[in-house]
Parts: sequence; structure tokens; C-alpha cells
Amino acid sequence: MKYMLLIYGAESGWTEEEREACMIESMEISEELEKQGKWISASPLHSVTTATSVRVREGKQQITDGPFAETTEQLGGYYIIDVDDLDEAIKVAARLPPAKKGTVEIRPLLPLPELPAST
Amino acid sequence: MHSAEIEELYRNESRKVFATLIRLLGDFDLAEEATHEAFAAAMQQWPEHGLPDNPASWLVSTGRFKAVDTLRRRAKLNDLQPELSRRLAEIEAANHSVAQQDIEDDRLRLIFTCCHPAIDPKVQVPLTLREVCGLTTEEIARAFLIAPSTMAQRIVRGKAKIRDARIPYTIPLLNDLPSRLEPVLSVIYLVFNEGYSSSSGESLTRADLSDEAIRLARLLVELLPDPEAMGLLALMLLHESRREARMNVDGDIVLLDEQDRTLWNQDFIAEGSRLVEQALRSRRFGVYSIQAAISAVHAEATEASETDWAQIVALYDVLFRADASPVVELNRAVAIAMRDDIASGLAIIDSILYRGDLHDYYLAHSARGEFLRRLGNKDQAKLAFKQALALARLEPERRFLRNKIASTESD
Repeated sequence: MKYMLLIYGAESGWTEEEREACMIESMEISEELEKQGKWISASPLHSVTTATSVRVREGKQQITDGPFAETTEQLGGYYIIDVDDLDEAIKVAARLPPAKKGTVEIRPLLPLPELPAST
Repeated sequence: MHSAEIEELYRNESRKVFATLIRLLGDFDLAEEATHEAFAAAMQQWPEHGLPDNPASWLVSTGRFKAVDTLRRRAKLNDLQPELSRRLAEIEAANHSVAQQDIEDDRLRLIFTCCHPAIDPKVQVPLTLREVCGLTTEEIARAFLIAPSTMAQRIVRGKAKIRDARIPYTIPLLNDLPSRLEPVLSVIYLVFNEGYSSSSGESLTRADLSDEAIRLARLLVELLPDPEAMGLLALMLLHESRREARMNVDGDIVLLDEQDRTLWNQDFIAEGSRLVEQALRSRRFGVYSIQAAISAVHAEATEASETDWAQIVALYDVLFRADASPVVELNRAVAIAMRDDIASGLAIIDSILYRGDLHDYYLAHSARGEFLRRLGNKDQAKLAFKQALALARLEPERRFLRNKIASTESD
């Protein structure tokens, strides 16, 4: 079962050292999951200030700066993992350093057999 | 083998069979369908061939074969979708021997699945009632006083979450157990209270709910002898022991100190008291065990006047340290009034209400009214009872309070 772990946090809530430690720890977790055949993909995202939103309404493209959600926690990165069940996904999520400061949302991927196979 | 016997078997075994089929099939709806088909097959075969050695195992394996048939048919229709054929292979490879212990474990697995912390607490209880206890959506909606369509939505939402997020169908491992056990205990207690505190209307259905809660707790204690699970079972048995005495022939509430104690169920009291002792000896007890201990002290007194109020106050002190809620404080105040004097108890109740806590809780005003009445303050007592009446929701409670108001006037 594939799950996406969406990592939300307050961008200003991290010191440079914390950010670096978080990155190292997250990489270690990725490598460990990779060895177990449970890792598919993961990445931090650039700051929310780099975000651009696109909408097409009545055929017209609208481009705006940033996401609109006025929340203190922003999407900051993601993991896609392949584990047995929700409990295992929760265990991985709880180990991710951002879980201590922000929120890790777990969403199962909806399997769609018609999609082209990834290489 | 008569159909009436099969019907009784259905009542006793169907939820077990269903729980096991969920584990084997990994699909609530498919398991439900397979359970019905297995019983339909039993209705046909048993009258002719007699009862199998282990009816539950027979039903499980018949249900599994029926489900495989269903999946094969669906797989053909859907041109062998990979997901369906994978599941088909899994089920066909499943272990053929189904021991009785496995079947009992499956019911507990199902409770833990329905009470998984990833499921909305509002959905946990209805889902448990529906899937573990086998109540209909209409019955559950009636018990919660909400529209059947709303309840159906909640149950569907819960089942979809289990399926789509793949909530595992397991009893949590020992180190996860304490955090996972708590919602399970609270769901069982809610099921019990739904059947115990409400008395109007569908009283029959609701007595069933209490029985069901006791049965679930017994199962839990049997499989996981956790002290709090024992405490909860004890608490429910001790409450249940008074069912016959709590109401007179007119359906009016009879308070603990006025109950005919010969009506109390001594078997339940003995079993409950034994469990309380066991839980307290473990030294890992919690709020259910302490409440059960309080209930056991009441049960020991053959007359209300012989109640050991000093011990009850001491237990409320312990309970208040574990759970500093205003309701516990109120109950402790009543116990203090009985141990010392009414005025001391009343002073505590007044201070709780003055803080603003329990202002909407009818029992706080009702207790205050009773103490004022006993102190001879008729006007204030009547006012307090009227406040309680404005807050009470169930008809027997309201009748009780109207009687109190009338008798305060004629005192």
C-alpha cells in the first residue's frame, strides 16, 4: 500500500542548525526505507514564498503568487512510501523530525492502473 | 436440527463469523455478504446432514468459499483487474484451519480496528455497534438521537477509512497497547451507558446494549488481562446488578439509598467485587477500577444506613487525583455530605456551581435541591429542583424532579 506523507510546518519555526539536523535525519530514514524496499520518493520543497498558483477559469489562465491558504503551517515536503498498512505508515511519520514541530498528514495513494508505469 | 436452533446460532455466532471473515477477506462488505450466504447454506444443509462439529468454523470456511465465488464472478466481469485477482489469490492461499481461539481473537481485532485512533471518535462507537455488536443503523441512530441517514453516513465513512487507508486488522502489540486500549474501553463503557442510563422508549434495545458491553469487556479481559479492563468489567457488572432495583413498577427512578437491596443481583456483585480486588492488587489500576471500587463499597452494605461513607470519600479522593473533573468533585461532595454533615456537602456543591462548572448538569442542581430540602430550606430547594427540571432530558428524570418539587411543597 502506497502512502504519501505530507509534511506541514511553520517555516519560521526552525533555526539553521535544526534545519540541517532535520535534513540529515530525514536522509537517513530515506536510506533505511530504501534498503527495505519501502521508499519511493521524497523531497523537501522550496519555501512557500517561491510558490505559484495556477487556475484556469472559463478558459482563462490565472496565475497568482503563493498559495491562498492562510494557515501558519505550510506544506514543506513529502515522502511517498510503500508499506503494509496505516500503522506502519504512522510509525514512519512519527519518526520524521518535522513531526515534532509540525504535522505529518498521511494520505493513501489511490491506485489507478490506467496510469503509465513509472520507470 | 430445527430452523429455530439455527436462528439462535445465528444470534450467538454471526458476529464472530463476520469478524473472522473480515480478517480473511479484508473487506467489510464482502464479509457481510459471505456471512449471510454461509448462514443461508447452513439453513439448507444442517436440517438434512445435522450440525457440524464446530459450527462457527464450518460457517467461516463456507463463507470464505462463497466469497471466493463472488470474487471470481466479479473478476470475470471486470476482466481480471489486477487488484481483484491479487486479492483472490491471497484469499485462496489463506489458511484452511480455523481454530476457535482465532475466531474469538477476531472479534477483539475488529473492536481495535473500529476504535483505531485514525478514526473520528464520533464514528468509533457507531462503527463498533454496527460491526462488532451487529446492531442495525436504525437502532444505533435511535440510541444517539440522530437521523438514520446521518448515522448511515458516519458508518460508511468509517468503513471507507478502514478500507482505503488500510487500517490494519490486528490487536496492537504490547508497547502500543496502553494508548490503543483506552478508546476501546471508553467505547465499551459508552455502549454500556447508552443501555443503562436511558430508560424511556426503547428500553429493550438498550438493555441489550448493556449486555453487549459486558460481553465485549469479558472478551477483552479473557484475552488481555489488563487491570483497567478488569476494572471496567467490574464497574459495569456492579452497575448492572442494580438494574431491577433502579426503577419501581411505574417506571420511576429509585435512588440508591431507597432501593430494595434484595433485588440486587448477587452473582454480578460477587463477580464484580472479585474483579475489583484483582485490579487493585495489580497497582496499575486507573479510573474505571476506582469507580468500580466505590460501587463495590455500596454493594457491600445490606442497608443504605450501613454504607461505609468514609471509605467512599477516600476512594473519591483517589479518583479526583486521577481525574480532576467537576463531576467527580460533585460525587465526592455528596459522599462528604453523607460522611460528615449535609451543610459541608452543600458548601462544596455551591462552590462548584459558583465557578460556573456543571451549570448545565441537571444532577448538580438536583443534588443541591435535595440537600437544601433536608436542611429545611424549602423555597431554595424548589428553585434548585426547577433548575434541574429545565435541564433534564429523559422523561423518568423529569418525572422524578416533578415529584421532588411537589413533595418539597407538602413537606
